[in-house]
Amino acid sequence: MKRSLFHDFIKGFVEENPTFRLVIGMCPTLAVTTSVVNGFWMGVAVIFVLTFSNVFVSLLRKSIPDDIRIPVFVILIATPVVIVELVMRAYLPAMYEILGIFVPLIVVNCIIIGRAEAFAYHQPVLNSLMDGLGIGAGYTINLMVIGGIREFLGTGQITIGSVSFPGTPLFEPAAVMLTPPGGFITLGLLMAALNIAVARSENRKKARRAA
Amino acid sequence: MEEKLVISSSPHIKGPKTVRGIMLDVIIALIPACLASLILFGWKALLIIMASVASAVASEALYEKAVKREVTVGDLSAVITGILLAMTLPPNVPLWIPVIGSAFAIVIAKQIFGGLGCNFVNPALAGRAFLLAAWPMHMTRDWLNPLTYDAVTSATPLAVLKGTGQGTLPGIKDFLLGVRLGSLGETSVLALLLGGIYLIARGVIDYRIPLGFLGTLFVGTLVFGKPGAFFQGDGVLAILAGGAILGAFFMATDYVTSPVTARGRLYMGIGAGFITLLIRLWGGYPEGVTYGILLMNLVTPLIDRFVVPRYYGYAHDRAAKEAAAGGR
Repeated sequence: MKRSLFHDFIKGFVEENPTFRLVIGMCPTLAVTTSVVNGFWMGVAVIFVLTFSNVFVSLLRKSIPDDIRIPVFVILIATPVVIVELVMRAYLPAMYEILGIFVPLIVVNCIIIGRAEAFAYHQPVLNSLMDGLGIGAGYTINLMVIGGIREFLGTGQITIGSVSFPGTPLFEPAAVMLTPPGGFITLGLLMAALNIAVARSENRKKARRAA
Repeated sequence: MEEKLVISSSPHIKGPKTVRGIMLDVIIALIPACLASLILFGWKALLIIMASVASAVASEALYEKAVKREVTVGDLSAVITGILLAMTLPPNVPLWIPVIGSAFAIVIAKQIFGGLGCNFVNPALAGRAFLLAAWPMHMTRDWLNPLTYDAVTSATPLAVLKGTGQGTLPGIKDFLLGVRLGSLGETSVLALLLGGIYLIARGVIDYRIPLGFLGTLFVGTLVFGKPGAFFQGDGVLAILAGGAILGAFFMATDYVTSPVTARGRLYMGIGAGFITLLIRLWGGYPEGVTYGILLMNLVTPLIDRFVVPRYYGYAHDRAAKEAAAGGR
């Protein structure tokens, strides 16, 4: 049981990485990843919503009628989304301005409803909690990596708060990386890289098993 | 990567053409334009062409080594990509621009999709589109005055014609010789035409694509333009002022990304000309040749499906039915 809980957490990073392996939740992935900080806060919002909805879907899984489970999921998801939205507006108004419509749109993010349907609806509460945390954390890392690459190439530096590194850009930034084409190019290359890495490690495993 | 194709049973006629031979012909055809760019824009032009070609060849070799594919720089297609990309650049860009552009063209637009024959858009144009989106200031302002080699940021004839820039238009003779602001290889119309005619005469490219392209541009400008507005309604100027000739003869005709049928090629040329016209008329950019060709590259497989040649001996359904009914 313990190993399975750990596995439920860790699988969100590579094996069932939402962005690069499951390829879900792409809309905010492309839209908000123009900097590391944006990616981080979007990721935090998703971790909260996903964990909340996973836990409640799992708690109520025996009493939700099969026929109307999707509307029930949506209500269970909408609750944390509203909480996140109000909290962000109150305490991080500047970030809320930037993320804008993509915060309320977490309601319809495929990752959340996908995990509810595919995982939390059939699994115990603790496993669902770990799944929510793991997939959410994997998603956050994805957004930060994509955001970091796009921010670095698109502005020449990475800015967190009032600190920029490097202080002055070392090269002439390529504006295209901050635009949608830059998002697609970064996403595609990262996806390819992760696929290659996974394929290689699987080949190695197979070779070991054969030997 | 020349793959073996399994086609029908024998007998087969084996043509003398090879990929390398065709590419060599294209390079020969580009020599007049390269020389013209050297005369017009000086040593800077030579440096850009060399940097671009070197980067293209090196990227191809390094990528193929990295993924353990056969290294195919010998087929010369990377050299052409490098030259063509250089031709589309303003002559005063810093040298890292062609280096990055060629690397993008070869690695992202060509090799990732499987190398020569598998790329879905023309690599050189994809490289240019990337550079234009990434560093628009360099790509639209780093001009050199021809023959005097002074750096200027004034408007190109195309921008003047569009009304987005101030300046005087050169005369028709200067247009033909290329004595005007513009990208390295797009200005020297006569040199480009010389190369284009050589390619058509050698059977390397099909006349239908440039014909459709330039014809549409010419007629469309006559129809939509009027004095004091779009290109003054001057069809000849529309062909001479931008990169239409370079694009029509050397880029739209890329084997990999243009249709294989004669009719399809005509449609491809017309489509590219039409999109160029639309962008020049209403678009934000002064020039639309790049996007015209890139967009038609994308629909090339569709065009090929629409114009599948009919089998010899095939009859219309109705005629066949009538024949069958009459026979009974």
